[in-house]
Amino acid sequence: MIQEKRITLKNLGKINPESIDDYINVGGYKAFEKTVGRHHIEIIDEMVKSSLRGRGGAGFSAGLKEKFTSEACLRCEQKYLICNADEGEPGTFKDRIIMENDPHLMLEGMLIAAYAIGASKAYIYIRGEYYKSIDRINKAISAAKEKGIIGKNVFGSAFSVDVEVKLGAGSYLCGEELTLLESLEGKRGYPRIKPPYPAEYGLYGKPTLINNVETLATIPTIIEKGSDWYTSLGTENSPGTKIFTISGDVNKPGYYETEMGITLRELIYELAGGIKDGKAFYAAILGGAAGTFVNESVLDTPMGFDTLKEKGAVLGSGAIMVMSEGRSLFDMTNSILEFFKHESCGKCVPCRIGMPQLLHIMENLKNNKIGRIEALDLLLYESEFMAKSSLCPLGQSPILPIKSLKQYFENEF
Amino acid sequence: MERSEILKQFEPANENMLNILHALQNNNSQNYLSEEDIKIAANYLNTTYSHIYGVVTYYTMFSLKPRGKYIIRVCNSPVCNMENSTKVIEEIKRFLSIEVGETTDDKRFTLELSECLGRCGKAPGMMINEDVIGNLDNVDFKSIFENYN
Repeated sequence: MIQEKRITLKNLGKINPESIDDYINVGGYKAFEKTVGRHHIEIIDEMVKSSLRGRGGAGFSAGLKEKFTSEACLRCEQKYLICNADEGEPGTFKDRIIMENDPHLMLEGMLIAAYAIGASKAYIYIRGEYYKSIDRINKAISAAKEKGIIGKNVFGSAFSVDVEVKLGAGSYLCGEELTLLESLEGKRGYPRIKPPYPAEYGLYGKPTLINNVETLATIPTIIEKGSDWYTSLGTENSPGTKIFTISGDVNKPGYYETEMGITLRELIYELAGGIKDGKAFYAAILGGAAGTFVNESVLDTPMGFDTLKEKGAVLGSGAIMVMSEGRSLFDMTNSILEFFKHESCGKCVPCRIGMPQLLHIMENLKNNKIGRIEALDLLLYESEFMAKSSLCPLGQSPILPIKSLKQYFENEF
Repeated sequence: MERSEILKQFEPANENMLNILHALQNNNSQNYLSEEDIKIAANYLNTTYSHIYGVVTYYTMFSLKPRGKYIIRVCNSPVCNMENSTKVIEEIKRFLSIEVGETTDDKRFTLELSECLGRCGKAPGMMINEDVIGNLDNVDFKSIFENYN
C-alpha cells in the first residue's frame, strides 16, 4: 500500500496553525536560525544541490533561480523576494492547504530564501478570494514580528527583513510571474516581455526572486535535513515530494503529498479510493486547464517533470482531474477553452482573437458543421499559432490540452 | 469609516493599490467602488483617475456598480463545471429571480461567476462573501440563503 510522504504538509493537523509556539515546538524556525549563521552562498549551494524544481508548474531549478537573483548585482540598493500565492489553476488547491494549515512553514521558507539572495523586503501576493489563507498568514507575520523572527537583525545577525501581504483581485493571469509584478506595481495585469527575467529586472526594475508557496514550504526541510536527504526522495530528475490535488470522479478527492515517481494508478486507486460508482477510468487532465489529457496508457508512468514530458503530458501544478467512462471530452475541452477566453487579458492579438476562434470551432463541431477530425486539426492549427505568437503562458497554453487530445483521444473526441 | 481613516492604514505606494481598493470597496455599504472612492484613491496614490479606473475594470473582484450586501461567487471552472455547476447557477438564478451580474431587489444578494476557487475536492462550490460552501449538487438553497440577512 502506497503511503503519503509529507514534507510541506508535515505539520498538518498536528499543530494549531495560528500558534507560533506550536510551530516552534515542532522545530520551527530552527532552519532559519541556522541559515542566518551561515554564508548565503552555502545556502544557495545547498538549494542547487537539492535540485528542487519550482512547484508552481514550470519546474525550473529553485536553487539556480536563487543563484541568478543573488548574483544579479553585488551592491544593489534593493532586492525583492515574492511568494506567489495567487493560486488559480483549475483543479489546484495545494497552496491553500499549506497556507491554511501551516503558514509559518511557508514564511520560514521565504525568510531563508530572502537571506540567500539578500532581499530585505518580501511580499506575499495572494489571491483575494483566499480569505482564510490571508487571515492565517497575517496572523503568522504578526506573531513572527513579535518574536523578532521578522524584523531587524534577526537572531542577532546582520540580516533584516520585512514581509507584507498584498492582495490579488480576481485574475488568473496574475499568477504568471511577470504579470504578477505588473499587478504588484499597481497596474492592470498585462504580461511583460521576457527576457529580461525577474532575477535581473523584477519588481520596480530590481532583482526579484519569485517562488511558489509549495516551493518555499519545502526549503526549511531541505536546509534542516540537507540536500542529500532530499535527493534520496522521488526520482532522479524530479527529486522530493509533490502535493497532488485530485478532483473529479474519484471516491476520495483531495490533496495527497507523495514522493515524485508515484504513478497515476497509485494516486487514483490507492490514495484517492478509486473511481466513483465502480466505473472505469476514462481520462485524466494533468496540470490543470493549462494541462494535458491522458488516457489509461499513462496510468503506470511515474509522475515527474521529464517522465510525463516524454509522454506528451505535463506535471504542472500537480492538479489531477479524473474523468470516468461516460464523461464528455468535448464538454471538458469546451469548459477549459471558456476559462482561457475569460482570463485572456487581451494584450496580445493572437490570444484575444484566437480564444473566441477556438470556441467558434467547438461550436461548429457541436452543430455538425464540421467533422471531428477536421475540428481537431483546426483547433491544433489555431492554438499552435497562438502559442508561437503570444507573450505569456496563457496564450501558449490552449495547445496543451488540444495537442494531448489529438495524441490520446483522436478517435473519441 | 471615513475614507481618510482607511487610507491612513497604507503607505501611499503603488504596491498598496489593490489593498487600498479592496479596503475602500469593503467599506462601501453597497460593495462597490464609487466615483468618489476612485478619485480619493487616485489623489492619495498621486496618480490619475483613469489609471485607477483602468485597474478597477481589469480585476473581477472590483465593481463599478452598486452590489448587494452578499456577493455570491459560483465557481464555473472545469472541475465544478463537470460536477454540474451550470445546474447550480440555474437554480440560484431561479431562487433569487436574478441573472448573473444582477442584484436582488432587496439589495441582499449579487450573483457572480468565478474562476477556480480552489475547492475542487468539494465541487461544485461557491462563496458567499467570505464563506465557502461546497458539494452543492443536492442542497436546499433556501436553507443556505436564509442564513444571510
